[in-house]
Amino acid sequence: MAGDKLSRVSVATRQETWVGRAVPRLEDEALLRGEGQFMDDLAPIPNAGHAAILRSQLAHARITRLDASRALAAPGVAGVLTGQDVRAMSRPFPVGVEGARPYYAAAGEVARYAGEPLAVVVAKNRYLAEDALELIEVDYEPLEPVLDARVGEVVSERAFSYGDPAAAFAAADLVVRQRFRFPRWSCTPVECYGVVADWNGATGSLTAWANFQGPFTLHSVAAGALGLRGSKLRLITPPDSGGSFGIKATVYVYVVLLGLASRKLGIPVRWTEDRLEHLAGSATATARETEVEAAFAADGELLALCYDAIDDVGAYLRAPEPATTYRMHGSLSGAYRVRNVAARNRVVLTNRCPSGLNRGFGGPQLYFPLERTMAIAAGRLGLDPAELVRRNLVGADEFPYRTPSGGLYDSGDYEGALDEALELSRYAERREEQHHARAEGRLFGIGLAIVVEPSISNMGYITLAQTPEERAQTLPKSGNAEGATIAVSPLGGITVRIGTTPQGQGHATVCAQVAADALGVEPDDVEVLTSVDTSTSAWTVASGNYSSRFSGVGAGAVHLAAQKLAAKLRAIAAHELGVEAHEVELREGKAWAGEASVSLRRLAGLAHWNPDALPPGVEPGLVENAFYAAPNLAPPDAQDRVASSAAHGFIADVAVVEVDRETGQVVVLDYTTVHDAGRLLNPLLVEGQVRGGFAHGVGPALFERVEHDEDGNLLTGSFMDYLCPTAPDLPPLTIGHRETPSPFTALGAKGLGEGNTMSVPAAIANAVADALGIDELELPLTPPRVWELLGR
Amino acid sequence: MIVLELVVNGRSCRETVEPRLLLSDFLRHNLGLMGTHVGCEHGVCGACTVLVDGAAVRSCLLLAVQLEGSRVETVESLAADGKLSPLQRAFHECHALQCGFCTPGILLGATDLLSRGKPSRAEIEDFLSGHLCRCTGYTPIVDAIARAAGVDAA
Repeated sequence: MAGDKLSRVSVATRQETWVGRAVPRLEDEALLRGEGQFMDDLAPIPNAGHAAILRSQLAHARITRLDASRALAAPGVAGVLTGQDVRAMSRPFPVGVEGARPYYAAAGEVARYAGEPLAVVVAKNRYLAEDALELIEVDYEPLEPVLDARVGEVVSERAFSYGDPAAAFAAADLVVRQRFRFPRWSCTPVECYGVVADWNGATGSLTAWANFQGPFTLHSVAAGALGLRGSKLRLITPPDSGGSFGIKATVYVYVVLLGLASRKLGIPVRWTEDRLEHLAGSATATARETEVEAAFAADGELLALCYDAIDDVGAYLRAPEPATTYRMHGSLSGAYRVRNVAARNRVVLTNRCPSGLNRGFGGPQLYFPLERTMAIAAGRLGLDPAELVRRNLVGADEFPYRTPSGGLYDSGDYEGALDEALELSRYAERREEQHHARAEGRLFGIGLAIVVEPSISNMGYITLAQTPEERAQTLPKSGNAEGATIAVSPLGGITVRIGTTPQGQGHATVCAQVAADALGVEPDDVEVLTSVDTSTSAWTVASGNYSSRFSGVGAGAVHLAAQKLAAKLRAIAAHELGVEAHEVELREGKAWAGEASVSLRRLAGLAHWNPDALPPGVEPGLVENAFYAAPNLAPPDAQDRVASSAAHGFIADVAVVEVDRETGQVVVLDYTTVHDAGRLLNPLLVEGQVRGGFAHGVGPALFERVEHDEDGNLLTGSFMDYLCPTAPDLPPLTIGHRETPSPFTALGAKGLGEGNTMSVPAAIANAVADALGIDELELPLTPPRVWELLGR
Repeated sequence: MIVLELVVNGRSCRETVEPRLLLSDFLRHNLGLMGTHVGCEHGVCGACTVLVDGAAVRSCLLLAVQLEGSRVETVESLAADGKLSPLQRAFHECHALQCGFCTPGILLGATDLLSRGKPSRAEIEDFLSGHLCRCTGYTPIVDAIARAAGVDAA
């Protein structure tokens, strides 16, 4: 891909902007008063029946009988939808891999994971629905569950090679070979799924309200399963969503399930998932087992990297999987200059809940083996890990940098960020301290993690699951675009509508900042509508909340729409003031030409009430839609190279730990992260994302793992067993920020919500391995597991 | 069915309820107080925390009928005279909420905590271990409660 022509946009450099300031959130007031509008708070349609879902108690079983007759006779019951109904009324969910096991919204003859829906009861209220659920009689014929991914059915396998790995290995002074397992875990937002579904028999259409984070590609997937053209599936998201971190993408399955229940029973149906259902049957991150082989020269140069990965996606390959496998494809080489890279990816089915989006999405699974490998190599080469990293980092003068697998790193100063992390963490001093601690017999360790954090996914990367020949037969997929609408009312009120379905990230505040800059008003003057309605919002197949795409394309779309509207306002004002449009400046709620001004309110009134006075060629009304597309995101090429993301932040982390010999407890003494996410649109929110991403990284590092027994029963089925970190569990965090603007996004911003979730498990694992003096360890590093390692 | 009389946010209520109705469902569905959020229904996450006679309780672990004659306060009561309380303001200033789903429960738990004296930072962290927040990483919440308590933020 040498000689690429790269699209760039100029980065706004205007001073005194709202963008870039730590503007406190506009969202907070309602949320603090308990006046948020979350899914279960809404009653968008009257007289909805309440659903409860019967789920398989076994991980793998033939359903030989399912008799709902007693349930149907129970008080208040409106009806029952069974797995057989689901099969008769819908099609399997489309997925990006040919020949995958058909996946429906409920099990038919065979249940394939404990928690899989078998039937839906709809009743007057949830209590009555759950009563009736217990009256459904199910006979199971147990089947052998597959729980070891190494013997599971392979539904997708591909191998990739870039450069000449074989020659690099032949020339290597050191080869590191190691197997790594990244656990199945889940970000568990505090709000669970919620759906209200209303089938309209007359129009043959479904309206569904759901705390979904799309539309994304998954609106089309849901519509496909329902056999509806997209316009017949109207999805509406509530204004507020109680966290997601990716997990709520899979609400689409329940949109279909409850939509079918509504269709069968002829009434609207509502369902709010409970926590036990969420842990058993929503989605989890993909578990990955990776064998790494890495070739190094004696001076520490990383010559080649080979990955052999097995991704356990659970009982069904469910869209957008196998996206976890390919999300990081352009970043297989991490932050390093290595040119020889190979990967073999196998996607495997087991009898567990299907996987889905989860914060970091492919990143933690990549960086745990990669960064552990670097630390192991440093030990064998007799180099300090920081020195080994430094010798391999992509240089600040090499951007934009094309990775061997096709990634295009937009900008950065990796070594500068590493230096800052070493300084902030007092790395040299800590190494001294380690020396003394070891002399005293203490288990004291220091770990690094170096992460390139991709954001704004290329919609085409998933097609790497197909061969180049298969891809050539289908419509190429590429890019990542987002839409936004901005309108000014006849009284001058400004409304922005977005498609990025925020779940706590503060999109409304940032969009108000962006619009305020363009229109010369204050963020408080801008209303931001976060509710998406697929029938009325400006959206595209990429729209939604995933891959940290908001600050790049979401805010970018608002920026473009607001610029279009500002241009129109300037044209109208110029006509009023008798000057040229380029002489007009929008500020303080007015349009100015020198000393003369006209208020925004007057301009709005003119455009709405007095179109006769508009300048020639200017349309009446003040509404603008705009779509912003991230550049440089072509479909995968014939050599399987892909720019899998548009922007790439950088993270350098240092973890310092001490391990208690008696109990095996890991105490993180302190943790330092230096983050470069390009231009920071709102530093207050950035800090929030870094802290949240950090906490979600500490989870699988030390506490969180979805576990099953040998029969496939879920052992972590409640919050008493699935341990999320609480306030005293999180170590002190020091954050450093650097800003290397992206030349490829409208505002110079990069995504930043996921990077620390990618880096923290690797950094803590490296620190614990350093403390214990071992190479092999498995996450999460719970006291029993570490205690076992100590006994070895 | 049982007739239940209690005072919620200063207003007397008389409702006829099933004995098995959870307090959380009673507040949300019978009284329309949607600020009380339900996150786990097994007493771990703390999102549904309300005050009963001034003490923080999990509304998902109580039956409404247990509240006969009690005084209940929910998040809707905190902004007296329409103005955010100092604790609510501190949450805003410290960016102590993101999605805001766990926030009402934490606000009520912290109200109880602050009513019992000036907590140290460690005591705030200890209190907060009874609430799950998946967005913030907790530190800004500790900062906010410390600020409302007049405790040194460091």
